[in-house]
Amino acid sequence: MFPLTEENKHVAQLLLSTGTCPRCIYRFCGVDFHAPYKLPYKELLDELQKFLETEKDELISEVPNPPPKKIRLQELEDGIDGIDNLSQNGKGRISVIEDGSIASKNSNLNVCNVCLGILQEFCEKEFIKKVCQKVEASGFEFTNLVFSVSFPPQLSVREHAAWLLVKQEMGKQSLSLGRNDIVQLKEAYKWITHPLFSEELGVPIDGKSLFEVSVVFAHPETVEDCHFLRAICPDCFKPAKNKQSVFTRMAVMKALNKIKEEDFRKQFPCPPNSPKAVCTVLEIECAHGAVFVAGRYNKYSRNLPQTPWIIDGERKLESSVEELISDHLLAVFKAESFNFSSSGREDVDVRTLGNGRPFAIELVNPHRVHFTSQEIKELQQKINNSSNKIQVRDLQLVTREAIGHMKEGEEEKTKSYSALIWTNKAIQKKDIEFLNGIKDLKIDQKTPLRVLHRRPLAVRTRIIHSMETCYVDEHHFHLYLKTQAGTYIKEFVHGDFGRTKPNIGSLMNVTADILELDVESVDVDWPPALDD
Amino acid sequence: MATEPAAAESTVPSLVDRYFTRWYKADSFILLDVKGKPCEDHCILQHSNRICVITLAESHPVLQNGKTIKNISYQISTNCSRLQNKVSGKFKRGAQFLTELAPLCKIYCSDGEEYTVSSCVRGRLMEVNENILHKPSILQEKPSTEGYIAVVLPKFEESKSITEGLLTQKQYEEVVVKRMNATTATS
Repeated sequence: MFPLTEENKHVAQLLLSTGTCPRCIYRFCGVDFHAPYKLPYKELLDELQKFLETEKDELISEVPNPPPKKIRLQELEDGIDGIDNLSQNGKGRISVIEDGSIASKNSNLNVCNVCLGILQEFCEKEFIKKVCQKVEASGFEFTNLVFSVSFPPQLSVREHAAWLLVKQEMGKQSLSLGRNDIVQLKEAYKWITHPLFSEELGVPIDGKSLFEVSVVFAHPETVEDCHFLRAICPDCFKPAKNKQSVFTRMAVMKALNKIKEEDFRKQFPCPPNSPKAVCTVLEIECAHGAVFVAGRYNKYSRNLPQTPWIIDGERKLESSVEELISDHLLAVFKAESFNFSSSGREDVDVRTLGNGRPFAIELVNPHRVHFTSQEIKELQQKINNSSNKIQVRDLQLVTREAIGHMKEGEEEKTKSYSALIWTNKAIQKKDIEFLNGIKDLKIDQKTPLRVLHRRPLAVRTRIIHSMETCYVDEHHFHLYLKTQAGTYIKEFVHGDFGRTKPNIGSLMNVTADILELDVESVDVDWPPALDD
Repeated sequence: MATEPAAAESTVPSLVDRYFTRWYKADSFILLDVKGKPCEDHCILQHSNRICVITLAESHPVLQNGKTIKNISYQISTNCSRLQNKVSGKFKRGAQFLTELAPLCKIYCSDGEEYTVSSCVRGRLMEVNENILHKPSILQEKPSTEGYIAVVLPKFEESKSITEGLLTQKQYEEVVVKRMNATTATS
C-alpha cells in the first residue's frame, strides 16, 4: 500500500526535484511504519514517480505533443540542479520526470542531499552482507548482537535545512510540521538493517547484547558544512581533551537547537546542495563486552609476587599470581587483555593457605564466551596442573555486579594468620601463655615505613580479635591471630621502630621479629563454593 | 625472611639488617676545631624504597656510658618546631623540607652538654619520634630502632645521590678505628 497521500504531493515533489532520495522523502512525510522503507530502492523510486505523475496529467492535456526525449533529459538535469527554476516554474519543470527509466537512471546516480547515501546504498542487502562478512571473519562467538552506527555530524545540518524547507512548503498549505513529526534517520536505518543483519548472521538483534557491531560513516567532502555554526554559537564548540574535532554530533545538535532560522538560512542552502559522492565507511568494528571469572587462590610459594614485579624494565622475580591464573584464561577466552583484582593481597614471602583468597578477573573483549560448567572445571584443573606455586578453586563465571562482594570483603571481613616469631631473649612456655587470653586488642599503626613512600602518613586503629600461641623453643614460637581487615601483621610483631603500638615486642618486653607468615583464612563467603 | 628458624640469635638478621642499608655521617677526628663537637656521628638507615630513618651512630657521645639525657627538644628555632610538621596525602604535601645540615632536634644532657642532631640527607620530613620526648632513655637503649630521631623522604630523582656524601658501614668502621688509634697514641 503506498504510504503517501494527496496531502504529501507538494512536499514529495519539492524534495525529489531538489535531490532527496525516496526514503528520506517518506521520513519527512511522517511515514512511521517499517514496511515501505524495506522495499528495494528502484521500486521505491518507480512508485514515487508514478504517484507524482498524476500531478502533470493537467500539463499533458495542455501540450498536444510531448517534447522529444533528448530535450527532456536536458530539462531534467536543469530541474534537479536549479533551485531558481523551481521557484519560477513551480510544478512545471518537475513534472518533466515522466519517463521512469531516464529518471531512475539519473536519480540513481544522484547522491541524496539529506542522507548522503545512508538510506540509499548503505541500508541495502549488498552493503549489509559486506559488513556481515567482516563480522564473521573476526572470529567472535555470539548468540545475539547490538548494532551501533555513527553518522557524520553534517547530516544533522542537512536534516535541519530540509526540515526548514519542508516546513515552509507545508506552511503554504496551512499545515504544520514539528521536528518530531519527521522520522529520525537512524531509526529508519535500523528498521531496514536490523532484519537484514538477523537474516545474514542468523542471530537476533538485542539492545542488551554484549556483542557490538559498530559502523562509522564519514563524508570528507562536506566536513566543513558545520563550521559556520561555530561563528554563531561559539560556546557549543569548546575543545575537549580527547576529541580530534570540536564538531561532534552532540555539539552540532546543540548549536542547531539554538540557532535562529534566519541566521541558519543565511549561511546554509535550503534545500541542501547535492554532493558528488556518497559517505565513506570509516570503520566496521566488532567488540565483545567484558566477562568476569572469579575464584579463590592458594599461594604456596614464598617467592611469588601477586602482580608482576618489574623495575626499570627489568623483571625482579619470575612470574606472579595474576599471570599464573590469567594467562590460561586469556588463551581460552581469546581475550585481548585482563584486569586482575582480589580481596586484599599478601606479600611476596607470605603463603595463602586454607580456603584461599577470593579473586576476580575481567577478560576484555573476549572472542569466546560460552562455557559449560564442565569446561570451567576442566580449565580450573588445567591451571592447577600447570603450577605448584598456586592452586585455584571455585572457578566460575560471575557478573560485573558480583565483584562488589569481593571488595566489600577487603575492608570489612576478618582474616586469620599464623606467624613464626623469634625473640632475642630466651623464653619459656609460661612467658607466652598470657597472649592466649587477650581478646579484641586495640592497636595503633602508623603507616609502615616499608609502604610510606606510596601511602599517606596516617595512624590506623585496628583490632586483634584473638591470639593463640604454640611454643617451639627458647627463641621461637608460633602465633595464630585473627584480626580486623587492613592490619599489618609484620609490623604488629616487630613494632616497626615503635610505630605500631602495642606490638608483640612491647607486650612481652622483648625484641621480637617475624620469620614466617601465612594467611590461614580470608573470611569472605564469596564467590559461592562449588562442590568438586 | 628466613624460611627456617635460626639456631642462635646471632645468625638471625635483624629487621634493620634485612631491609635497610646503613650510611654514616662521621667527621674525621682531624676536624676537631671545626664547628661541631667530635664524634657527633649519625647513622642513616635507608630502606630499599628510599625512605631514610635518621638515628645516632654507636660512637655518638650521647650513647656513651655515663651520659644521662635531661631533655630533648624539637624546637630548633623561635619559629620552627619539628613537632609542627604536618604531612598530607600520598605526595606528602606540607612537609618541612630539609637540607643536609638542617637541625632536627636538640639533646640536653645532665652534664651540661648540648648536642644538635642534623638531617644528613635532603628531603621532606615525614615525622619526628615523639616517643623519645616522653622517655629519652629509649634513645640510648635502642638507638637503631625505637630510639630513632626522624623519618625523611628524599625526592625520587635524588634517592641514589643523597648518600654520596655519606660513609658506608665499612668506611665508618675504619674512621672509628683511626680515631681510637689516634686517641691511644696521644694519651
